[in-house]
Amino acid sequence: MASWLLGRSRILTHIKHLHKNLFFFLGPFLNSHGSCSSFPSKTIEPFKCRDAYSPTLFSFSRHESTKSEAQLEEEHDDTEEDHHQVIDFPGGKVGFTSEMRFISESAQKRVPCYCVLDDNGELVKHSNYVQVGKEMGVKMYSDMVTLQTMDSIFYEVQRQGRISFYVTQMGEEAVNIASAAALSPDDVVLPQYREPGVLLWRGFTLQQFVHQCLGNTHDLGKGRQMPIHYGSNQHNYFTVSSPIATQLPQAVGAAYSLKMDGKTACAVTYCGDGGTSEGDFHAAMNFAAVMEAPVIFIIRNNGWAISTPVEEQFRSDGIVVKGKAYGIWGIRVDGNDALAVYSAVHTAREVAIREKRPVLIEALTYRVGHHSTSDDSTKYRAIDEIEYWKMARNPVNRLRRWVEKNGWWSDKQELELRSSIRKQLMHAIQVAETAQKPPLVDLFNDVYDQMPSNLQEQEKLLRKTIEQHPKDYPSDVPL
Amino acid sequence: MNNKFGRLVSLVSKRGFSTSTCVQKGGSEEGLKSLNLCSAINQALHIALDTDPRSYVFGEDVSFGGVFRCTTGLVDQFGKKRVFNTPLCEQGIVGFGIGLAAMGNRAIAEIQFADYIYPAFDQIVNEAAKFRYRSGNQFNCGGLTIRAPYGAVGHGGHYHSQSPEAFFCHVPGIKVVIPRSPREAKGLLLSCIRDPNPIVFFEPKWLYRLAVEEVPEDDYMVPLSEAEVIRQGSDITLVGWGAQLSIMEQACLDAEKEGISCELIDLKTLIPWDKETVEASVNKTGKLLVSHEAPITGGFGAEISASIVERCFSRLEAPVTRICGLDTPFPLVFEPFYMPTKNKILDAIKSTVNY
Repeated sequence: MASWLLGRSRILTHIKHLHKNLFFFLGPFLNSHGSCSSFPSKTIEPFKCRDAYSPTLFSFSRHESTKSEAQLEEEHDDTEEDHHQVIDFPGGKVGFTSEMRFISESAQKRVPCYCVLDDNGELVKHSNYVQVGKEMGVKMYSDMVTLQTMDSIFYEVQRQGRISFYVTQMGEEAVNIASAAALSPDDVVLPQYREPGVLLWRGFTLQQFVHQCLGNTHDLGKGRQMPIHYGSNQHNYFTVSSPIATQLPQAVGAAYSLKMDGKTACAVTYCGDGGTSEGDFHAAMNFAAVMEAPVIFIIRNNGWAISTPVEEQFRSDGIVVKGKAYGIWGIRVDGNDALAVYSAVHTAREVAIREKRPVLIEALTYRVGHHSTSDDSTKYRAIDEIEYWKMARNPVNRLRRWVEKNGWWSDKQELELRSSIRKQLMHAIQVAETAQKPPLVDLFNDVYDQMPSNLQEQEKLLRKTIEQHPKDYPSDVPL
Repeated sequence: MNNKFGRLVSLVSKRGFSTSTCVQKGGSEEGLKSLNLCSAINQALHIALDTDPRSYVFGEDVSFGGVFRCTTGLVDQFGKKRVFNTPLCEQGIVGFGIGLAAMGNRAIAEIQFADYIYPAFDQIVNEAAKFRYRSGNQFNCGGLTIRAPYGAVGHGGHYHSQSPEAFFCHVPGIKVVIPRSPREAKGLLLSCIRDPNPIVFFEPKWLYRLAVEEVPEDDYMVPLSEAEVIRQGSDITLVGWGAQLSIMEQACLDAEKEGISCELIDLKTLIPWDKETVEASVNKTGKLLVSHEAPITGGFGAEISASIVERCFSRLEAPVTRICGLDTPFPLVFEPFYMPTKNKILDAIKSTVNY
């Protein structure tokens, strides 16, 4: 253990030397091994340690296993008893040992998550975080409320049959808004589908959200995709696609472009815990590391991939540990703590751009809503669990307590904001519902930059059929 | 992805290709140089990187020149930031390429063998192909070109011989292009790289060294979605692409000795394909034969047959014939039996003409 810590402290010194302000960023990482415990160790109920994490397969002691897991690069010096000789393999020198030791499947203690605010909105003692002023704090809170309100109204509107589908962000408002707040508008976002808060933060209007969900002529996507597949070039927010994790390797390519162009910007991509099981996740992590691409992976570990709990998704200590295997910096953050998310993303961004390297952020959170409006999550999870996260761990309430304590927010403002957002949304829905659908030609264009002859022919044929059987087709699509 | 082999050259049997009857536009006769298909591809890549600073070439082993040597010399001239190896991961290569292209670059990705393109299928089909459409034309990855050597090579077995073009021809939003010769390869590849749509470009690897042709040294492009009549004839129309055209041409020559005049068409771009040229030819000859190496069932030949039957039914004098690969995995020892050979085509030409 001593030698392991020695190796660690050397890395730490090295990094401190290089970038002093990264110290707090690495803090939680170091904390995981109990080497410097300035951060509180929080118990996270639904993510609690399971038997799978305990060493059952091998009889070797935990310390030995952990030790051999540590980076040998720092350990191949002569003072190490076991590593005074090295072998020069492709990829670098490796110390050797006479002892047959297997690396254990996970560390004894789970990687703790970085927190700034406790559930009561109080700053956690000795917390290192990026300061958030009044304007930023209030905007973050307001946008979280806006997102929450938008979700509840859209959910109802879907239930009334006025839109075909919807996905809420309930419980994940902090990951959405606080991560967006920490970015620059020049940063290119390649989202999954549960991050519209990023787009909201960047100025996509409520009306634009509604237009997309209704697929009318004002929808930037021209009515071609299901509701919630937002995208806006103006806001550097790539259009959502349904397949899981496909955006991750694309984000690496986008990041490589930003790097080559010498831009002070990074690519930011999101996915959920389920997405990390996809090949694209692993492809992206590995490419990002090898290409030294300034990309931030924000993984919302919300406990559920539709009905599959994380226990059935992977056996690692969540996602943050996967970064290490790929040679990527990572941090685990309390995703329901807006200030922690903000600080982690803000710092990750600086690192990614300055160091030209990827950063992995695992945000522990909870999907309070159903997977989508096509899902009833009470069929596979306890209502108590949902209620606990909805009430006791609510990220919006937590930030509200903090802004209120700072004297930046009052009950009156709260009422006004919620009622105003509600009114704006109801109005936006009315406007969108009366708008025309996109014209028929939008069925055929944009498949290619120009319409090829087969599509021209098919358009002509279809128009003829419509003339003959007008009742077969929706009347609200202009021909 | 194990067991990929490198150079094929010395092992393959000779399979010649006579040059096209048509001189490509832009290619001045003075600047002609005798090149094989591999060098022609290499020249196109040099030109692409040279003429657009926002172009990149990447893939497995491309840095040292690639297992087929198509990317030779690129890293020396353009640096390892624009020409680079990637990890061994096809979905990563294409995904990365989409992101790079979406930022306004020309992303020229190499998949080492078409047989290994399937891990990237989702990225090609669900992502690249729909990128423009799904965003309402706000975003596109039109700068993406995916190069992949395809087809039989004499000893490639299951995993170094496949012709997977038909899978991609079922995907609106991408283009599929296959050249038949060095001159075509250079001009078509440059067109693909500069076309504002994502393209899968299959290179007939059997011809990398075997097909030699006078190739203009300058920068020229061969238009996409334009088929070419490479041999005029009046009795039957033959349609093919890539390496298969040389086999078909040999069949045409033999048929000619027996008094049958064949018209041979190189489709070049499989989607969106040039129906009009094929239609005009079949309206003239009244007969159609399509040939490809890929298995016959669900092959692109089926699409051509159906379309031409729709368009030329009253003009057809015989059933449309397809001479293609068998519906088996691509075999090793049995390759000579599997292949749509010259005599299979010749027999079909005769029976169609005498129908």
